[in-house]
Amino acid sequence: MNQIKKLAGIIWLLLGPASIYFIVRAAAHEIAVKPGVDTVIQWGVFVVIFIPIAIGMSIFGYYAIKGEYNH
Amino acid sequence: MKKENKIWQVITASSLGTLIEWYDFYIFGSLATVIAGQFFPKTNPTAALLSTLATFAAGFIVRPFGALFFGRLGDLVGRKYTFLLTLVLMGGSTFAIGLVPSYESIGFAAPIIVLTLRLLQGLALGGEYGGAATYVAEHAPVGRRGYYTSWIQTTATLGLFVSLSVILFTRHSLDVDPAVSIAKFNAWGWRIPFLFSIVLVGVSIYIRLKMQESPLFSKLKSEGAISVNPLKESFGHKENLKMVLLALFGATMGQGVVWYTGQFYAQSFIENVCKIDFDQSRTILIWAILFGTPLFVVFGSWSDKIGRKWIMLVGMFLAVVTYNPLFKGLLELSDTATKTEVVAAATLKINSVSIPNSGDFVRTALSTKSYTDGTIVTTTTTDTLYANPAQTTLKPVVKISKVLANGIYWKMVLIVFIMIVYVTMVYGPIAAFLVELFPTKIRYTSMSLPYHIGNGVFGGLTPFIATLLSTMYTADALAGLQYPIIVAAVSVIIGTLYLDSKINTKHD
Repeated sequence: MNQIKKLAGIIWLLLGPASIYFIVRAAAHEIAVKPGVDTVIQWGVFVVIFIPIAIGMSIFGYYAIKGEYNH
Repeated sequence: MKKENKIWQVITASSLGTLIEWYDFYIFGSLATVIAGQFFPKTNPTAALLSTLATFAAGFIVRPFGALFFGRLGDLVGRKYTFLLTLVLMGGSTFAIGLVPSYESIGFAAPIIVLTLRLLQGLALGGEYGGAATYVAEHAPVGRRGYYTSWIQTTATLGLFVSLSVILFTRHSLDVDPAVSIAKFNAWGWRIPFLFSIVLVGVSIYIRLKMQESPLFSKLKSEGAISVNPLKESFGHKENLKMVLLALFGATMGQGVVWYTGQFYAQSFIENVCKIDFDQSRTILIWAILFGTPLFVVFGSWSDKIGRKWIMLVGMFLAVVTYNPLFKGLLELSDTATKTEVVAAATLKINSVSIPNSGDFVRTALSTKSYTDGTIVTTTTTDTLYANPAQTTLKPVVKISKVLANGIYWKMVLIVFIMIVYVTMVYGPIAAFLVELFPTKIRYTSMSLPYHIGNGVFGGLTPFIATLLSTMYTADALAGLQYPIIVAAVSVIIGTLYLDSKINTKHD
């Protein structure tokens, strides 16, 4: 089980940057499609709030790889 | 017996205040359209911008900041005074919103004041929950924390129930003529639910003032063992940070999306996608909540016996595998293509009103169709007839409203009830789970942040991302469900792998 936790940690570690890429791309796309100040604020808030969360996901993955959650 | 009485006083004082805070927070959301008309006219871009800020900033940015600010305060000066402060802040802001003159009366000052008050509401909400849950848990015996904190867990849903009920009651009680009553509500009656809040808050403050500080925090304080820097200890030390991250990704993230999908997206879906009448779309949710709420206590209590983990994760898992068929069921129940129309009962009324000094007319066509199962569909089509034939008629505004017959109505209540059961499974035990994950001296700070990111950010985004997905994939009315399903699925996997199924007794 501990080995599975460590291996799954790689997924969580990579999920962080993948999420950042996805949300920045979605924000850029949406702002290009509907270039209003409302869209910019809405997606700006999403990007600002999700980047630290995505970094948190990578840190979680790193801890998992290091065996911090092993029982 | 005396100890038992004391814990019920603690639960009453905490739950009543938290319920009122949720009520205050929800009435703004539930009345967003009416408030926008009063304070944020769409014709003015700056006012519209402030409206967007009020919607997004209060829910997503300010709540986690409130969690950090008041969490730190609660770990430094105590739970009692901190969650008393959040109650005063929330109650004062809500009451004040009910008093702000409209944009027409005072111009830009109106939306700026309302935005500021809304941000204060978000800040207060961020600080309230962690304080109330911690306060109750620190009074409760270790083996019964799930049961006692589950009463706090009912408050968010009951706050929604009370807010919907007060709004519906006020909307229909301002005049004997329903149409006039609604018009009065939109003009000034919407202020009543905000002003009413001060009575509730006054009672709750009185009760809370009479309560004592949490015994565990008092003990820490008397020993001089309280944290000097709760933020640093919560998020700067690996041993605690790893538990904060686990709580967020393995529990609160999934809980947040299940909570919002069952209680908010379901109602929005029924009203906007199924096109069910305004009142019915709300009373369906009200009934489902009423039947479902006792289950918070059932699952909270059960979690004391079998552990928190599997109740929460099974709730999330059931949501992941059944959301598609449940929402499909709502669509099918409201789909008129599968119903038989009573053609002889169809009516069509056309009314034209001239626009002064223009020669143009606004034409409203009201069509009513009845179906053999009792469903009645009203379609209102509004367009403009221009005097100048060269002027192009804009696309007509079409509004569809379906009133369901009793049998179908109750089937919808059943479907939403099932979703509320999932909400009670994921939410009932989570306060005890979060409280037990962190030591007393940094508990308020440590548990508040993952809760408000999970519930406020991941959960709060559900309606927006779901709507966005629906607009991207217009052919699939259920496309919006992919967001809560994926987020809950990730949480189920992380929770299954990393959460401990034993009740954590390491901390007091």
